[in-house]
Amino acid sequence: MHSEKASVWLKIAAWGGLVFLHFPIFIIALYAFNTEESAFSFPPPGLTTKWFAVAFSRADVLDSILLSLQIACIATVIAMILGTLAAAALYRRNFFGKESITLMLILPIALPGIITGLALLSAFKTLDVSPGVMTIVIGHATFCVVIVYNNVVARFRRTSHSLIEASMDLGADGWQTFRYIILPNLGTAMLAGGMLAFALSFDELIVTTFTAGHEKPLPIWLLNQLTRPRDVPVTNVVALMVMLVTMIPVLLAYLLTKGGEDVAGSGK
Amino acid sequence: MTTVVEFSNVSRHYGEVRAVDRVSLEIAEGEFFSMLGPSGSGKTTCLRLIAGFEQLSEGRVIIEGRDATGLPPYKRNVNTVFQDYALFPHMNVLDNIAYGLMVKGVGKKERRSRAEEALAMVALSDYASRKPAQLSGGQRQRIALARALVNRPKVLLLDEPLGALDLKLREQMQSELKSLQRRLGITFIFVTHDQTEALSMSDRVAVFNKGRIEQMDSPRNLYNRPSTAFVAEFVGTANVIGGALSERLSRAGKSFALRPEYVSVNGADTSGDIRMGGTVRDVQYQGANTRYEIELEGGAVINASEANAFHGNDSGPRAGQQVSVSWHSDAMVELQGGASL
Repeated sequence: MHSEKASVWLKIAAWGGLVFLHFPIFIIALYAFNTEESAFSFPPPGLTTKWFAVAFSRADVLDSILLSLQIACIATVIAMILGTLAAAALYRRNFFGKESITLMLILPIALPGIITGLALLSAFKTLDVSPGVMTIVIGHATFCVVIVYNNVVARFRRTSHSLIEASMDLGADGWQTFRYIILPNLGTAMLAGGMLAFALSFDELIVTTFTAGHEKPLPIWLLNQLTRPRDVPVTNVVALMVMLVTMIPVLLAYLLTKGGEDVAGSGK
Repeated sequence: MTTVVEFSNVSRHYGEVRAVDRVSLEIAEGEFFSMLGPSGSGKTTCLRLIAGFEQLSEGRVIIEGRDATGLPPYKRNVNTVFQDYALFPHMNVLDNIAYGLMVKGVGKKERRSRAEEALAMVALSDYASRKPAQLSGGQRQRIALARALVNRPKVLLLDEPLGALDLKLREQMQSELKSLQRRLGITFIFVTHDQTEALSMSDRVAVFNKGRIEQMDSPRNLYNRPSTAFVAEFVGTANVIGGALSERLSRAGKSFALRPEYVSVNGADTSGDIRMGGTVRDVQYQGANTRYEIELEGGAVINASEANAFHGNDSGPRAGQQVSVSWHSDAMVELQGGASL
């Protein structure tokens, strides 16, 4: 007999898992308000917001944040364009080599970042491209494209193909059909994919390390901070911000795709 | 009578499969024409060839006197009502209906008034601002109809539009469609696998089988004068008489269709000139009729159907009982091609 109520042990295990996942984040958040500069007594002797002021007045922090935002934005735009085009090309037609192309497209998220990073680095060396903002963007785009592709291709599959036929039947040419029927139906999926891609790019460390050269985007700045114990509260403040900047798009993406069923329904 | 749609020797191949195989037909202006057949018989492919969603492999499709080969769907003066309705989920009902006018650049004011007019035609004026998801199946069906008709097409293509509706609603929509067609005078080409639907609505019906047209005729002729065993059995039910039974009736080598309602059980109708004895194998009570499955002397099985109206509550012969069956030899329709019973 199955009981409607979950057993006590199951509940404990579930909550235990959640605490395990989120406790470190809580600690970072807590110590961002710590009054101590380099010691970490628990509980913190007092709470303050002065570290936020300190963090925002430091040029290296602001530069890193702006650089990361810039990279994430460009990578996201590239991913949205390429990912959507790839989805449009691959969702319906069957042609020779389709499976391999799909696999190659998805591979970057399955590959460990260290391999992607190494491969990119040696490719840039061979092509004699000096590392910089552009190489970071290219590196991030490799996995961001996949995220958008996955979202959009799923929406394509749920969208009834007869919508496109109906549009053509009613007199719309290819461009009008794209503009009035396809785009509005894909819009939320593209946006959701783009937001997830943005969040991934914003805090990507491994691929960034290999492709950054002398640039210092936020994840690399954070990593370097670990060697400076006196800066820990500032580091915590920045880490908290990274969390917010990445979490908000992820939440929005979730909300955008949640109601997807009735957006792309087949009409039944 | 002007021809609006003409197929001359049209084929559509998918690799080895001939979905449509050398079909020729002519559909007249203002006609209610049905394409009837089982799934995979090529009827929907023919419809899609007219709409422009499929490219033909051989032959020619002529619409309004113009060769339509290679013409994209948006350049054809035909509109389609899709099986799944294909209403645009992100637009409200009025925008859905006005879509065809909008992409053709009709002004906003005229667009609106014509869309409202079309909406009134299907008696859904109160639903203009709803989204398709908020409508019932029957309402979506009507919106799809209005969306197609607002463009004033020469030909309206309907791809099994009533398939998703329940029986009562389907019957209601059948008579509405028919009266709408009469009122507007537009040619309707209606694809269905439901023979009652095709018989009750159409001026002419083409029966499809394996990519070819078996017979193209008025509903009455199709039922009373089927030309092949396939048509006899697909349109209504029929006893196809051949082989040993034909021989016994001294018509060896020929095959015939005999509708069950022409077979009389136990001499209710005494005028039949062919009489035989048999054993009832099965009795199916169907409300208006009772259907008997009777094994004749000599082994052949024949179906008989009798109207219950004049029998009161009398249950008639039962399974296992000996009966005599009779029919008029006039009721037997000779078929092309052999088929055996």
